[in-house]
Amino acid sequence: MSATQTLVCLRTVGQDNPASLATYLKLGGYAQLQKLVTEKVKATEIISQVKLSGLRGRGGAGFPTGLKWSFMPRYFDGTKYLVCNTDEGEPGTFKDRDIIRYNPHQLIEGMAIAAYTLGARVGYNYIHGEIWQDYEIFEAALEEARAAGFLGENLFGTGFSFDLYAVHGYGAYICGEETALIESIEGKKGQPRFKPPFPASYGVFGKPTNVNNTESYTSIPWIMEHGGQAFQELGVANSGGSKIFSISGHVDKPGNYEVNMGIPFAELLALAGGVWKGRQLKAVIPGGPSTAVLPAAAIIGATMDYDGLSKAGSSLGAGSMIVMDETTCMVKTLKRLSYFFFEESCGQCTPCREGTGWLYRVIKRIVDGQGRLEDLDLLTDVSSNISGRTICALGDAAATPVLSFIKHFRPEFEYYIRHGRSMVEDGLAAQSQAQQEVAYA
Amino acid sequence: MSLSTESQAKIDRELTKYPPEHRQAAVMSALRIAQTEKGWLSKETIAEVADYLGIPAIAALEVATFYNMYELEPVGKYKITVCTNISCMLRDSAEIVTHLEKKLGIGFNETTADGQFTLKEGECMGCCGGAPLFHINNTQMHEYLTPEKVDQILEGLDK
Repeated sequence: MSATQTLVCLRTVGQDNPASLATYLKLGGYAQLQKLVTEKVKATEIISQVKLSGLRGRGGAGFPTGLKWSFMPRYFDGTKYLVCNTDEGEPGTFKDRDIIRYNPHQLIEGMAIAAYTLGARVGYNYIHGEIWQDYEIFEAALEEARAAGFLGENLFGTGFSFDLYAVHGYGAYICGEETALIESIEGKKGQPRFKPPFPASYGVFGKPTNVNNTESYTSIPWIMEHGGQAFQELGVANSGGSKIFSISGHVDKPGNYEVNMGIPFAELLALAGGVWKGRQLKAVIPGGPSTAVLPAAAIIGATMDYDGLSKAGSSLGAGSMIVMDETTCMVKTLKRLSYFFFEESCGQCTPCREGTGWLYRVIKRIVDGQGRLEDLDLLTDVSSNISGRTICALGDAAATPVLSFIKHFRPEFEYYIRHGRSMVEDGLAAQSQAQQEVAYA
Repeated sequence: MSLSTESQAKIDRELTKYPPEHRQAAVMSALRIAQTEKGWLSKETIAEVADYLGIPAIAALEVATFYNMYELEPVGKYKITVCTNISCMLRDSAEIVTHLEKKLGIGFNETTADGQFTLKEGECMGCCGGAPLFHINNTQMHEYLTPEKVDQILEGLDK
């Protein structure tokens, strides 16, 4: 039996012209916005439905969205801002891209509902620089929404006004961190700010700002239509709703799959066609490289939700599942990941700026055949000294793969250091030689 | 040489997204627009963008040097940026890189003698389901690459 998808955020996928306003209207789009605004539904009622839904921030941190909304000051003499984080740059994460290119209007409606609820006058959707064609699709959707009277001044003749703009990054993973993203919107280097103050009191241009992930905002219209309880019931305890899992790596059908929270890992893997080429599963990074890698045995019986993955020894992150088959050399994989964090450290905090370079150079020296056995302790030590000692979570994210790869695959690292070669590649070579000998016998 | 009126009009449109007292907010897109027109960002171009926005040149330079899709040296007519991060690596981006290196006769951060192609290594582009992949000139994403598909894409470009 294979599981089926639950299309909440990707509900236009499979329609003709999925990104068009006409398609979204046909599916009942913008009806919730119109209803809430024209009936002047109270903000507290909307926030209580969002709280009831169990929606937690889909960008990776998993913070309850309804609670976050309640942090925004209700009375403020000036402009309040709304920001959407579509800056996906963590390896394996590509769900928000599909929202803006296939279902942009549901995101716009979700943001407009949030703006109405929180009293925000202006919004920005910050989009990853590399997906330029999708940025243009979103810009076109904004034009359509403005022309149709769903964005702009005095919406539905009620006096409620909301302007929403698309802005773009230009190649910096760090801007996925909300305060770095705010700095970037202001036209600066994307270096994270100290918190507190949190964006709810000091955000874009120093004004109160609510920042949520794309998938979080896009869930809102569905929650308003069906009620918070119904959304919660799609998922499991502590993990309400549906969730888009981005599955990449060694599967037969990589892509985005929107399913109910709590789906067993094995069913989700089957949806993506299983491990490719008939090979065995070796390891999975369940939520993007800032979440710990799990060996096959640890994840095979897990459920895909916040508590399920925490019990298995990792976390849900952004639902960015990277699948590795038996031919994967974990040492070389870690080398590439460590290079990424080294390259993307913004340079502001010494432990991260220096530590990520140190981690990369030590792992590189192992791959170059110059490793020493004490390097494994050194890597653990450096990682532990980065974690928790930086302004933002990039430092912790850089340490997590190092610690978890060594913890679960230590023999591979030791073999590489002793022999100067990959244990996995040596194993594959021996296997293929044995097969040849059988063929010639 | 100053920015074209077309580029200036594009920057003006970006400026409408922000409060009038925050012109610096448009610097990311203004630099992108300038780079699209000129091919790369010289110190003079960066200073000109800063001038146009009415911000210190150093503020624009800081941004241009921080984000890695800005080019601070001349590049070829077509800049090919290949993602080699983990999801692409697992689906053999190395084969795509080797194929491009052989075909173009250049390595990463090099430009062909005729000025047509520059090859770059990129970090995660957020399209990992389509791995392996590259983008051309920061704007056109090409996914599910094979060496044959790479050949077709390159043949389809105006030389």
